Amino acid sequence: MAIQRRGFIAAVGTGGAVGLAGCTGLGDDTGDSDNTGPEISGETLTLTTTTSTYDTGLLDELNAPFEDRYGVTVVTVAQGTGAALETARNGDSDVVMVHARSLEDEFMEDGFGVNRRDLMFNDFVIVGNSDDPAGVGGEEDIEAALTAIADAESEFVSRGDNSGTHTKELELWDAAGLTIEEFGEWYIDGGGGMGEILNQASMQEAYTLADRGTYLDMQDEIDLEIHVEGPVKDGPDELMNTYGIVAVNPAVHEHVNYDLAMAYIGYITSVEGQDIIESYTSAGEQLFFAEALSEDPEFQQYVPEGWGSSTDDE
Amino acid sequence: MHFELGMLTPLLIDFPFEWNYIRSIIYVSLYVSITAVILSTLFSLPIALLVGFKEFRGKTLLTSIINTGMGFPSVVVGLVVLFAVSNQGPLGTWDLVFTTEAMIISQFILAAPVITGVSLAAVDSVEQNVRDAAYAMGGTRFDVALVTIKEARYGIATAVLAGFGRAISEVGSVLIVGGNIAGSDGTSVTRTLTTAIQLEARQGRFETAMILGAILVVLVLLVNAIVVRLGNGGGRYG
Repeated sequence: MAIQRRGFIAAVGTGGAVGLAGCTGLGDDTGDSDNTGPEISGETLTLTTTTSTYDTGLLDELNAPFEDRYGVTVVTVAQGTGAALETARNGDSDVVMVHARSLEDEFMEDGFGVNRRDLMFNDFVIVGNSDDPAGVGGEEDIEAALTAIADAESEFVSRGDNSGTHTKELELWDAAGLTIEEFGEWYIDGGGGMGEILNQASMQEAYTLADRGTYLDMQDEIDLEIHVEGPVKDGPDELMNTYGIVAVNPAVHEHVNYDLAMAYIGYITSVEGQDIIESYTSAGEQLFFAEALSEDPEFQQYVPEGWGSSTDDE
Repeated sequence: MHFELGMLTPLLIDFPFEWNYIRSIIYVSLYVSITAVILSTLFSLPIALLVGFKEFRGKTLLTSIINTGMGFPSVVVGLVVLFAVSNQGPLGTWDLVFTTEAMIISQFILAAPVITGVSLAAVDSVEQNVRDAAYAMGGTRFDVALVTIKEARYGIATAVLAGFGRAISEVGSVLIVGGNIAGSDGTSVTRTLTTAIQLEARQGRFETAMILGAILVVLVLLVNAIVVRLGNGGGRYG
């Protein structure tokens, strides 16, 4: 922890110096010889993330102040959660922002990630055509809703791309006691990002599981409405959608930009970053809810779930 | 609102882009594709001339390998290049993943067989007696090559254009190795017209995607027109 904090402080310190230097003329890093900390101006942080955070436009809002402050560039590669983590496993990104705790835990258990932080949450919703052929509208219970869709054999488009949403969807079918291998042709493997799948569901008048953020951001373009709400609108807790951020372990991939990754995590989980998340809206609705700031230390966020002794459940 | 002007008007009034964003995407598209095509041409032309001039065993086989390469799926090329440039791959130390350089590599691989194949056909079709005549007039091998290139220039221009068309309209490999990155300052880093269209379509903004598509088509037409014009200019002195 001490080492990480030192790296972060060094990065912040350098960033401040760079920020000041930026007033007179940026990019001339040969001049500042008085700077003893690591020089980060002009460096690039590669962030792999999910299509849901990217397509909502939130990251542009978050990254601009960070880039301005440190004189760095954040390149954002939008993939599914699975692909984003795989890219990080190969050492091709410095930091990962995803939303599938089970996959994040696996990533950390395998030693590729360090210092996972809870970042923000929103929720998943079941959306579909306004006709609601399976009659799931207003259903409070997600398992009953999924069973109704399966019984009616109403078309359902799955992400099918190993993303966080796809992982959640599979968990939900499983919890409802349904086996997707036994489903008929009504269960469609869409194989795309959230936006693509919402389009597809809209065109095919099918149901799908969507994160509320992407749905709200797209609702003007598509003909779908929410039939089952998540916990943001008092729906079942199973539909909670938690985003985490993890730095790639520099002990595994020594070339990753760990200092900058930690500066980014520090920034995004700070009051400033969390405020940007809280105040980001689309179509007048808040898309994401800050989760990094907490009275309670919640040490569990740093390590895979289920680690620790019996004393940690209170 | 002037509804009588039809569907296009609202699109133009609410032009959905920052001009800087568009310009940077066009720049990245052209930079990557033109660089890749120039490199491919430098690589392909000598091969086409060599193979076209020489008669050797296995020439038919080599030609059919080149022709197969012309149809090689771009996503597969993207995947292979990704493995190569990934930090775990053989070119990993150069940090090429998610850069325009990686995109140039994959477009080079895609365009080179097209340029080789089409210009080989052009060189082959130059009448043997033209070459013989050039030899008979005391030309060196180099002179004969020049004469052949001159005779085959339309075919070679077509080859370069076909390679350019293949490169700039390609989406699969640049998406995989480039990552479709735009900076938060609203300019493209590795986003091309094709990957931007893919992104807009994914988000359901089909009108925006259509406008980008129109820009792409206009660009391809422009480049074609320029190359054809250059070809005609050469013709006057031919």
